Amino acid sequence: MVEMEKQVLAPVNEHKVPNFRWSNIFRGDNRALWTLLALIIILIVDRMVSPTFFTIRMVNGRLTGSLINTLDGAAPIILLSIGMTLVIATKGVDLSVGAVMAICAAVAAVLINRHEAGSDNILYYPGFVILIAILAGALCGLWNGILVALFDIQPIIATLILMVAGRGIAQMITEGQSPTFTDETLAYIGQGTIFGMPFPVYVAGIALVVVFLLVRRTALGLLIESVGINSKASHYTGVNAASIKLFVYIISGICAAIAGLVVAGENTYADPHTAGQWSELDAIVAVVIGGTLLSGGRFNLLLSAVGALIIQSLRIGLYISDLHPNANLVVKAIVILLVLLLQSKEFKQTIGRLFKPILKLKAIFK
Amino acid sequence: MKSRFFPLLITFLVFIAIYAFCYYHFSSFGSMRVVCNLLRDNAHLGIAAIGMTFVIISGGIDLSVGSVIAFTGVFCALMITREGMDPRLVFAIVLGMGTIFGAVMGVFIYYLKIPAFIVTLSGMFLARGMAYVLTTESIRITHPLYIRVSKLVYIFPDKGRFTFAAGAFLAVLVLGIYIAHFTRFGRNVYAIGGNDTAALMMGVPVGRTTIMVYTLSSFLATFAGIVLSLAKRSGDSTITVGAEMDVIAAVVIGGTLLTGGVGYVIGTFIGVLLPGVIRTYLTLDGSLSPWWIKIVIGVLLFGFIAMQKLLSTRPKLFSFRRQTRPANVSTA
Repeated sequence: MVEMEKQVLAPVNEHKVPNFRWSNIFRGDNRALWTLLALIIILIVDRMVSPTFFTIRMVNGRLTGSLINTLDGAAPIILLSIGMTLVIATKGVDLSVGAVMAICAAVAAVLINRHEAGSDNILYYPGFVILIAILAGALCGLWNGILVALFDIQPIIATLILMVAGRGIAQMITEGQSPTFTDETLAYIGQGTIFGMPFPVYVAGIALVVVFLLVRRTALGLLIESVGINSKASHYTGVNAASIKLFVYIISGICAAIAGLVVAGENTYADPHTAGQWSELDAIVAVVIGGTLLSGGRFNLLLSAVGALIIQSLRIGLYISDLHPNANLVVKAIVILLVLLLQSKEFKQTIGRLFKPILKLKAIFK
Repeated sequence: MKSRFFPLLITFLVFIAIYAFCYYHFSSFGSMRVVCNLLRDNAHLGIAAIGMTFVIISGGIDLSVGSVIAFTGVFCALMITREGMDPRLVFAIVLGMGTIFGAVMGVFIYYLKIPAFIVTLSGMFLARGMAYVLTTESIRITHPLYIRVSKLVYIFPDKGRFTFAAGAFLAVLVLGIYIAHFTRFGRNVYAIGGNDTAALMMGVPVGRTTIMVYTLSSFLATFAGIVLSLAKRSGDSTITVGAEMDVIAAVVIGGTLLTGGVGYVIGTFIGVLLPGVIRTYLTLDGSLSPWWIKIVIGVLLFGFIAMQKLLSTRPKLFSFRRQTRPANVSTA
């Protein structure tokens, strides 16, 4: 009997990482294909609009070109979409990321200004300021997580609280101002370059790889998916659903904090009103385009990043095109709807039904 | 006392307490002037919030209302000022457009099973984008009808001005209460919010009701846009950004459960006025910073949600391994 149990258990222990294969990184039937295709089409359209779109040149040790701008501009959205993917995979949503960006940017700007004003307090040194800002983001995430996981409040509403109050908190931190700063370390996060590539691209890339490995090389990703598919069933199989939810909201808060630092570094000021405005919606759209369903379950971090790139290349394309500059939102809405229609099973069935008579005709004429 | 009235009762008590506190500090809160201004300034939010109440009771959400209000204002201003059309005709056209807009969103939500959150989010982008495409300038409207409407004022003895907007708000409120509690459609909305599978089995037309709920919400948002346009006598595509969140917050503060099935239109009325009272207090006080309004609304939201939670799941609130409610998962 004991022998048998050992035999049954042995293979499970050997394969702690379930079904991980590098060929599997774009998991999810052919959704990956559709999403990548959408990105390629939009890039080709961009190229048609602006012949220099793919041109990359080295200017003063810095790569320039629309493609680099797209990557640079997509970095904050990619960062947000990492956290958002995990949250949505647990059947949640985090509306507060934009406000959290504003809070963390405000914290960093206010603290670094004290350092610039000549304060010797070690907490105001750039490294510590960055750490404190990220900690603030984690705290915001913890608050959301507690509301969702422990109080069992609907995620939309739980995070709506911080979305509404967060901008007020950011304004309170900056005392209604938009503090500017000149610190080079903070500015580097948004403006620096390594090998000509903008620093935000590295930040987003590293965050993506770290979180990807964290959820896919351990069982964490599987647990997140199981909580999203059926929280109750995963509880009965011994998954601590509350801790998983807490974890994803904290990760989302940290990602928002880093995104806030990137945006603040780029602007060298922290505006509590406009920092990260509407970015929560961009992040949610990126995740949805990436094929992660709002009803939770299977998620794909890399495709969410592709979704973020789609949004940004769409935006850049509209910038450089002769199209009405204000049509940006309309085109965005139409693209979102198209992608959603492609993903909707019901839509495909309806289309199938519409084409049925034609197929029948074909059969008759055969 | 029925327990479902409890959130409503708390909302009323909190409102009375806050109003009494304000009255204690500034006696002008007792005047009709403050009351009328409250109604006037919150009319567009209130009208949209009454539509949102139906959406949330049915278990959905509508993020497009703020953009629809802005689009309506811009459309009216453009058609009346630039094209010289009759305002009444423009109102009819824009109300028709709003109705179709809501119906299309409802079709997407019900028949294509795309989450309401994302559909109405695209609707929000679309309406705001169309407003931007029409114009990004602020256009003044000087049509005689607008002037006439602005003179439709009942003046109280203490110079409180009961304007057209305030009247429209109260009229929609009465209409909303009637639809919610005295029509078949209203009962159907409650039924599908409580449990849409059970409602379907009982013979409630779930599809039609869902589509009608979003149609009603967009219709009322369009009407709110017209009321705002009449009150401001201008159209601007950058107004009411983020108003949908204020509206949702008002509905929640008004005691409507976000899980659907429970809620009262009259509660939403209080939920709209409550932040308005606090805003008035901060304006009268002058020494408090403007960002407190957002923080106070956040705290209020938290308070009301926590209270609703306490009421619905009293015994096991803090047990860490507690379960989420099964099956009841209709919203995005």
